[in-house]
Amino acid sequence: MIPAKFDYARPQSAEEAVRVLADAGPEAKVLAGGQSLLPILRLRLSFPELLVDVGALGALRGVREEGQELAVGALTTHHDMVHDPLVRAHAGLLARAAATIADPAVRHRGTLGGSLAHADPAGDLPAVCLAMDATMVALGPQGYRTIPAAEFFVDYLQTALRPDELLTEIRFPVLDGWGYHYEKFHRTAQAWAVVGVAAAVRRERNGGGIAEARVGLVNMGARPLRAHLTETALAGAEPTRETIGRAATMAAEGAHPPTDLSGSAEYREHLARVLTRRALLAAAGAA
Amino acid sequence: MSTGMTGRTEQAPVREVGRARTRKEDARLVTGQTTWTDNMTVPGLLHVAILRSPLAHARIERVDASPALEREGVVAVFTGADLAAGLGSLPCAWQVTEDMILPEHPAVAVDEVRYVGDPVAVVVARDRYAAADALEDVWVDYEPLPPVLDLEAALAEDAPLVHADKGSNRCYTWPLVSGDYETARGQADVVLRRRHHQQRLIPNAMEPRACVVVPVPSTGEYTLYSSTQIPHIVRIMMALTTGIPEQKLRVVAPDVGGGFGSKLQVYGEDAICLALARTLGQPVKWTESRSESYQAQHHGRGQIQDIELAATSDGRLLGMKADILADMGAYLMIITPGTPLLGAFMYPGIYKMDAYDFHCTGVFTTRTPTDAYRGAGRPEATFAIERTMDELAAELGLDPLELRRRNWIRHEEFPFTTVAGLTYDSGDYAAATDRATALFGYADLRAEQRARHANADPVRLGIGVSTYTEMCGLAPSRILGSLRYAAGGWEAASIRVLATGKVEVITGTSPHGQGHVTAWSQIAADVLGVPFEDVEVMHGDTRVAPQGMDTYGSRSLVIGGIAVHEAALKVVAKARKLAAHLLEASEDDLDFADGVFSVRGSPDARKTIQEVAFAAFAAHDLPEGMEPTLNAEHLLDPDNFSYPHGTHLCAVEVDTETGAVAIRSYVCVDDVGRVVNPMIVEGQVHGGVAQGIAQALYEEAVYDDAGNLVSGTMADYLVPAAPDLPDLVTDRTETPATSNPLGVKGVGEAGTIASTPAVVNAIMDALRPLGVRDVRMPCTPERIWRAVREAADSESSRKEDAS
Amino acid sequence: MVSPAKDQAPMPRASVARISVNVDGVDHRDEVEPRLLLVHYLRDTLGRTGTPIGCDTGNCGACTVDLDGATVKSCQVLAVQADGGRVTTIQGLAGPDGAWHPLQTAFHEQHALQCGYCTPGMIMAARDLLRETPDPTPEQVRDALEGNLCRCTGYQNIVRAVLAAAAELRRQGAPEPRGQGVDVPQVSGQEAPA
Ligand SMILES: Cc1cc2nc3c(=O)[nH]c(=O)nc-3n(C[C@H](O)[C@H](O)[C@H](O)COP(=O)(O)OP(=O)(O)OC[C@H]3O[C@@H](n4cnc5c(N)ncnc54)[C@H](O)[C@@H]3O)c2cc1C
Ligand code: FES
Ligand code: FES
Repeated sequence: MIPAKFDYARPQSAEEAVRVLADAGPEAKVLAGGQSLLPILRLRLSFPELLVDVGALGALRGVREEGQELAVGALTTHHDMVHDPLVRAHAGLLARAAATIADPAVRHRGTLGGSLAHADPAGDLPAVCLAMDATMVALGPQGYRTIPAAEFFVDYLQTALRPDELLTEIRFPVLDGWGYHYEKFHRTAQAWAVVGVAAAVRRERNGGGIAEARVGLVNMGARPLRAHLTETALAGAEPTRETIGRAATMAAEGAHPPTDLSGSAEYREHLARVLTRRALLAAAGAA
Repeated sequence: MSTGMTGRTEQAPVREVGRARTRKEDARLVTGQTTWTDNMTVPGLLHVAILRSPLAHARIERVDASPALEREGVVAVFTGADLAAGLGSLPCAWQVTEDMILPEHPAVAVDEVRYVGDPVAVVVARDRYAAADALEDVWVDYEPLPPVLDLEAALAEDAPLVHADKGSNRCYTWPLVSGDYETARGQADVVLRRRHHQQRLIPNAMEPRACVVVPVPSTGEYTLYSSTQIPHIVRIMMALTTGIPEQKLRVVAPDVGGGFGSKLQVYGEDAICLALARTLGQPVKWTESRSESYQAQHHGRGQIQDIELAATSDGRLLGMKADILADMGAYLMIITPGTPLLGAFMYPGIYKMDAYDFHCTGVFTTRTPTDAYRGAGRPEATFAIERTMDELAAELGLDPLELRRRNWIRHEEFPFTTVAGLTYDSGDYAAATDRATALFGYADLRAEQRARHANADPVRLGIGVSTYTEMCGLAPSRILGSLRYAAGGWEAASIRVLATGKVEVITGTSPHGQGHVTAWSQIAADVLGVPFEDVEVMHGDTRVAPQGMDTYGSRSLVIGGIAVHEAALKVVAKARKLAAHLLEASEDDLDFADGVFSVRGSPDARKTIQEVAFAAFAAHDLPEGMEPTLNAEHLLDPDNFSYPHGTHLCAVEVDTETGAVAIRSYVCVDDVGRVVNPMIVEGQVHGGVAQGIAQALYEEAVYDDAGNLVSGTMADYLVPAAPDLPDLVTDRTETPATSNPLGVKGVGEAGTIASTPAVVNAIMDALRPLGVRDVRMPCTPERIWRAVREAADSESSRKEDAS
Repeated sequence: MVSPAKDQAPMPRASVARISVNVDGVDHRDEVEPRLLLVHYLRDTLGRTGTPIGCDTGNCGACTVDLDGATVKSCQVLAVQADGGRVTTIQGLAGPDGAWHPLQTAFHEQHALQCGYCTPGMIMAARDLLRETPDPTPEQVRDALEGNLCRCTGYQNIVRAVLAAAAELRRQGAPEPRGQGVDVPQVSGQEAPA
């Protein structure tokens, strides 16, 4: 119910934040929206010595269009993403998935950066970033570096971020002209995904065959996954119920989903196949 | 049930009773001007935090509290041994059989912990943060003992014991046998056996518990503020447990944020806080967190039910057998052993049969104790009969409603004494069912269901029926006595008529959301002929309402509300006497209507009840022997239970690919007799049905093999939110109860009792054509998916065998 | 005592923080532990006990308040994070003359509460919805309340009440504007694009 004691800092710039983190060492934690961190602190599952509140870093909140990329600040909230016209126009999958997270009050506070840095395999946005081939931008004592989504998620609640790095921005290649769909299966409205599937499909011009399909899987392992076999099977295929259905049967290949309160591994594999089919049919406009 | 001493005011027009009055309670609640126990603060208040066992079963080898004492802000730390001297065992009021095992239940464990959450040590600090911190610095060494989790395995000869000194995990076996079941079974064409599992549930009142104790050391007086449904019972039990003389102990239930049985309890934390306030001479407060409450508040349900129905081939029931294993948890709390037995009388439901054979065995396990949760025993019973009736209908190839029609008690057969020995006073099962099927569009949905089946639609439609009744209004004292319950089931009401003619109603019920302030105002206003606004209702403080049996078991209206009615009649009788005296008329010549006494035949000779009230107060001119007051009180002990009933119909769509269930429509037609406030009644039905649906689809207290509560936070235990529940179509039929002068029946639990089997029956109705025989509650998507897959597998292996 | 107040050179870390928060129109200045939850600040420090606590995981919504024009679960926010902010609770909803907010009236009239423990959070969440979506469908109301649990009512009358209040607010003219401090485009609450 009540967090253990910690110290607090509220830096006024990203550079300062990184300096504070570096000075404090591994017992410091970034506080963004707090929607994952605070429950953990309240249940006393974690005992950081210092929270570095990045809430004052207004520059890290907001969305910019940069050529063929959309740059979304790490502090952009779920609510912002749902409503942002640029996100809706060029990264609709992100908006769609963000809208399924928790509830409006949590969405007002929870941030994209926090969701990704927290790397909960049941979180909706990591798999979306993976499916969209996003790139993470991190600032550390040595300056900025970029990390492709495929390398960012390392293990359960673990990312490639170092303790003294701050995730500042996430860059999404714009998916103009793609069809997309986010299929989340959860037991109650507010609950996390048992399994989620983020699908994006680019058709050949004039409504032809599938040029490229991407499938990101939520809660199918210790980290978010891509359904590579399904994606490969669809490249160049016709978007019929049959081909998509067949490709979807491979969605869980190689995944090692958890068994927990909300479902067994076996059930999750089954769900991944069914939801992948549904998500792809919707994304390909073949539903 | 009439008081017999007054002329009834039959002639008074019914103005308030039956009206959808908005609630007097709301003004404070919608503006945040509340008095939740945790809101309270007093000078010198100390905060209590409780260290709880992380193990399901272990011997306590050593508790070292000294590091905690060193911490800033910490005032004291106590172990179980420290507190044992001043605190007796926590009470169980229901010795259900002579040989029932009743283990010692210390508020803080001394040598052994028996469930995850069993208190081990108590920290007192100057603020709640310091108290929480200090828990980190109390060190306990445990020697693990084997957990006891499986109800059947626990009864084996060599099973590890929850209470080693008691020699067995069998708490009791309680029989109820009527007629000759073996003969009935022998005559039957069909004998259908089913096993049902009632999962453990966590009641989840939205307000976690809290208590504040304010002592007056110089006089030895204590005030306990507690978020309880039962301040009166808590007072008695705390006096016995702590040794504080009853007259020195005042118990107050301030605003209480829901209960559903979870606050119908005499909890150790209240006793601990009284003991701490006594030792420290300072006020103390304890507030639980939600996760803590999941371990520390009693759970509900937790039964395995083996049910057998014996019937003829044309669907006439001959007999029923019910063998129940009931999970007691680690200790017996206030009515732990009796809770499953409250259902014992209801397994036969609304049906006629010749023989009934019921046995319930209570079993100790190393889990949080169980006790009453909304419905307490009756939801389990109703589920068992209504689920099994649907199975029987399927077995016999009958429509489930038709099977029920062939067996239910007909309207003209009331009052009817059931095979379980209860006398149902009134009811009209056909009327409620006809209304429900019409609202539901039963025939159309059946047609759609057939079409979907024919097309092998992956989303199946199912229709679930539940024609329930229940016994509530707990309870006639003589029956409670015969069931060996320690106390009675009466209720108290008193009415004070103030000098200005305004009225105070004092009730022994203790509402926490049920709207008694509004409903009692309506009842009193009608009888007294005073405006609704002129009535103030007081409750929940043993100084204000010294007598009462509190609120649970849908008892408040049918006992407490009727007591208000009877007390008001006594006031009118007194007023009549005085009015007659003032008007120099005979009492028999007075009419009383709309609050005015008038002399029959001379309409100008009249006195309002307010004028009479003032005359009583002034006391200048009273009839011989009359005391200067119109005040009256009434203690009412009911003759019988109350038997609301109704028909609930549920249509679900089941996605056979994912196992997801969506409730498409839900119709409830309830018969709760006459209605005092239809808006409140509808609200009770809504909330009750929601909790029943939650049992069917979402909720379960899940333990792992080590006895840890894995669904241990609100993130894991799925309380449904608004998008997870359907809009209900509600309607009523009205068959007045004959057991009380207002004709009312209880409504607090009916929705919960009715709805769980309606939902599960609907799921089974959707899946039965696929070969599915059963799905355990909660009917999670995975369980449904597995059931469908297993049915398909056995279907295909059957085909292979055949070829 | 160190303090990270904004007008000073920011200190690297502090174990006590000085905050200033406006709650229901009143300015408060306090020194708090950084770990103090906003809901405890409201309840224990300021005595604004209208906002209750129902859980420790951010699930129940009982503690919902408005912070700078958007709802938050006040158990999921540190008091220091509200520094410089403006908090509105259930106790600050009524007009200066004590007149109830239409949502308060509607909850009363539609019997949308029983024990009332969830009510402050429900009303705050519903108010947030109606600012973005003045004419919601019943489904939108249910979705907007997905983070607010009620154990008593089954939600049906809550949905009714929110729809009634929405109609009343529309009848009265402009629904309340979003407060300052949040830069949210005024997109009506439609679904994200498919
Ligand atoms: C009731 C409830 C239900 C929820 N349901 C869902 C759901 O269904 N799906 C879902 O995806 N999420 C869900 N969430 C979580 C929510 O999305 C969180 O907002 C999100 O996971 C974390 O974002 P945050 O900004 O709140 O991060 P915080 O809680 O502030 O931080 C989370 C972690 O990330 C680190 N961190 C944060 N920002 C940065 C950064 N910029 N650089 C480096 N490290 C950083 C922190 O140190 C911390 O370890 C739910 C939360 C709640 C309370
Ligand atoms: S108390 Fe804040 S969400 Fe439950
Ligand atoms: S009214 Fe009791 S929790 Fe909602």
